Amino acid sequence: MRNERIRAIVGEHGRLAVAVSQLNDDASLYQAGLTSHASVNLMLAIEEAFGIEFPERMLRRRTFESIASIDAAVRELTQLDFAA
Amino acid sequence: MTASIARFGARYTERLFTAGERAYCDADVTRAPERYAARFAAKEATLKAFRPMPHDAVDPRSIEVRQLPEGACDIVLHDGAIALARRSGIVELSLSMSHEQEYATATVVACVAPLGATTRWPGPVNGTESVEETRSTSTSWDA
Repeated sequence: MRNERIRAIVGEHGRLAVAVSQLNDDASLYQAGLTSHASVNLMLAIEEAFGIEFPERMLRRRTFESIASIDAAVRELTQLDFAA
Repeated sequence: MTASIARFGARYTERLFTAGERAYCDADVTRAPERYAARFAAKEATLKAFRPMPHDAVDPRSIEVRQLPEGACDIVLHDGAIALARRSGIVELSLSMSHEQEYATATVVACVAPLGATTRWPGPVNGTESVEETRSTSTSWDA
């Protein structure tokens, strides 16, 4: 469910050169065409969809490198919100 | 840039730009998108000059474009960006931007100096033992 939502958001905001459906979870989104600016839009859309805010420590290239890395970040932040 | 601001509004501008940058850009509503685009390009060009690692976390607002009274702009570093500059051995940054309705571009020239050199921001240079060198990076963006 979360993975599907993330894929949908990447497809809408990532401006990739290929369809998200063609990428496995560990594929590099940067190699698929994700730019620095698109990653900002992607970040804001993810925050909006999941009701989270990426802290500064997560504002790094690695966080948005793949579907899997985004999923892991969202999982961590939503668990933190749930625990709070 | 126009589309991003339309979609995300203040969340977008407040996450990327300092209060000073927003005040300048928003002073002219018609030209705000191209001004923001130029500043985004400047932040990207500066960051690339630092040669960050994939695990380096940088708040875009820690790289600030400051408008000078005479009309030129320069780069002001804060917090994490200062640490990256020091690690890279960068002692000075020079910025040139250009923008029109549809495109914006920024070029940053970074001066690298030997260990112990003083910098424009707090603390001495940590990094390189290389002789003085310059790096130039450019980024262009759709306004």
